[in-house]
Amino acid sequence: MVWGDRMAESPFKKDIERVQKEYSEKMTLGAVAVIPGSSVVNKTGSWRVFMPEFNKDKCVRCFLCYIYCPEPAIYLDEENYPVFDYDYCKGCGICANECPTKAIVMVRETK
Amino acid sequence: MPIRTVMKANEAAAWAAKLAKPKVIAAFPITPSTLVPEKISEFVANGELDAEFIKVESEHSAISACVGASASGVRTFTATASQGLALMHEILFIAAGMRLPIVIAIGNRSLSAPINIWNDWQDSISERDTGWLQFYAENNQEALDLILLAYKVAEDERVLLPAMVGFDAFILTHTVEPVEIPDQELVDEFLGEYEPKHAFIDPHNPITQGTLGFPAHYMETRYLLWKANEAAKGVIDEAFAEFEKRFGRRYQKVEEYRTEDADVVLVTMGSLAGTVKDYVDRAREKGFKVGAAKLTVYRPFPAEEVRELAKKVKVIALLEKNITFSIGGALFQDFSRALINEDEKPKIIDFILGLGGRDVTFQNLDDVLSITEKALKGEKVDEVNWIGLRKEIL
Repeated sequence: MVWGDRMAESPFKKDIERVQKEYSEKMTLGAVAVIPGSSVVNKTGSWRVFMPEFNKDKCVRCFLCYIYCPEPAIYLDEENYPVFDYDYCKGCGICANECPTKAIVMVRETK
Repeated sequence: MPIRTVMKANEAAAWAAKLAKPKVIAAFPITPSTLVPEKISEFVANGELDAEFIKVESEHSAISACVGASASGVRTFTATASQGLALMHEILFIAAGMRLPIVIAIGNRSLSAPINIWNDWQDSISERDTGWLQFYAENNQEALDLILLAYKVAEDERVLLPAMVGFDAFILTHTVEPVEIPDQELVDEFLGEYEPKHAFIDPHNPITQGTLGFPAHYMETRYLLWKANEAAKGVIDEAFAEFEKRFGRRYQKVEEYRTEDADVVLVTMGSLAGTVKDYVDRAREKGFKVGAAKLTVYRPFPAEEVRELAKKVKVIALLEKNITFSIGGALFQDFSRALINEDEKPKIIDFILGLGGRDVTFQNLDDVLSITEKALKGEKVDEVNWIGLRKEIL
């Protein structure tokens, strides 16, 4: 995966599927993680306080949110609109901050 | 043929490291341990030891470099003392938690303030809860042997814990004594290659070490450390037995001396054990039924052996070159814990002495014995006694 490649789905999809198959909670010596990429089992979306709310009408498909998302938890659908992966979005708000048309706003999540 | 020569404990430690053939040594000089890395760097420079000698800017970096090297799957070694060990403190937990069998030689020295470069055990005793194994040498030969034994135990698959070997500052580090250097071949056979299954770098088999442990997993890692410390007790006995078979020198976790019919046993560690055994001989001549015991292994704490010792005597006197404030010495706490649930137990009296290089004299031991004699007669004595204090300057 290189920047600019369109991601229609999580780049970790394969990892997540593989890890889900192989992952075991069995303690290893020295707490060594023996399955590469096994951190995907930690759904970091649970850390979120504010969640990005997306307004498709305002979106100009500039990709800035997609580029700036540090996770990355924003993918692009067939029409190049952002899709948010709430399993891993920590609610950092960078996408909302970068969005030039305010198509993304952070709202307090009610759980 | 083993070579019989004379050397300081620091040199003995360097020789032990050379015999163990670590691949990485990272060390920072500190009195009284400086000679250890100095000697090892000589071995490396002369081509006598094929290892990477990393010069670092602090003890924190020294032990960190050892952690990195050990995590890549090689044998590692370092040496330090006092403030240097204290500076390593946070990394000591990491080495134990990652189950990396690093060995440190410690020239046991006091801690500041005031600055004092002389001997007591406050440095390594303060690290007793890090999960590391701890051995204490009585003389320079033991310093060499115990470092080899430390590798043997630390790298055992049932243990995999780092280990420190303490030998008293100046009393041993800078004192020349006869030492037998064992044959390299015999040491190679004894230690074997270190080939860990949990710590390595292999691009075809990637693993992550030093991971984040959530509340759902952390506690189990601590439990496994506890279990490894317990397992080390048996592994140490096995290693001591094999060492005796191969090299002819006998080690015990708790070494007893003339305790068969003793009423009082003087318990200590390190070089003081030699003085105490000598003193026991003299006290015996005067008719005192007194014996001695030495803890060669302090962590894991040899509770079983201590309970066996306790069955033989009426008074246990602990001679400690360390202080745990508001408790006494660390041994006092450990012995109390080992005996607390025994139906019958001897009196335990704690003696704090020899801090910051204060000599422990026979006169001091006379003072100890007079207190234990009082206790034998049923008189009330203090639980914690400071011996050799210069009351005139207080």
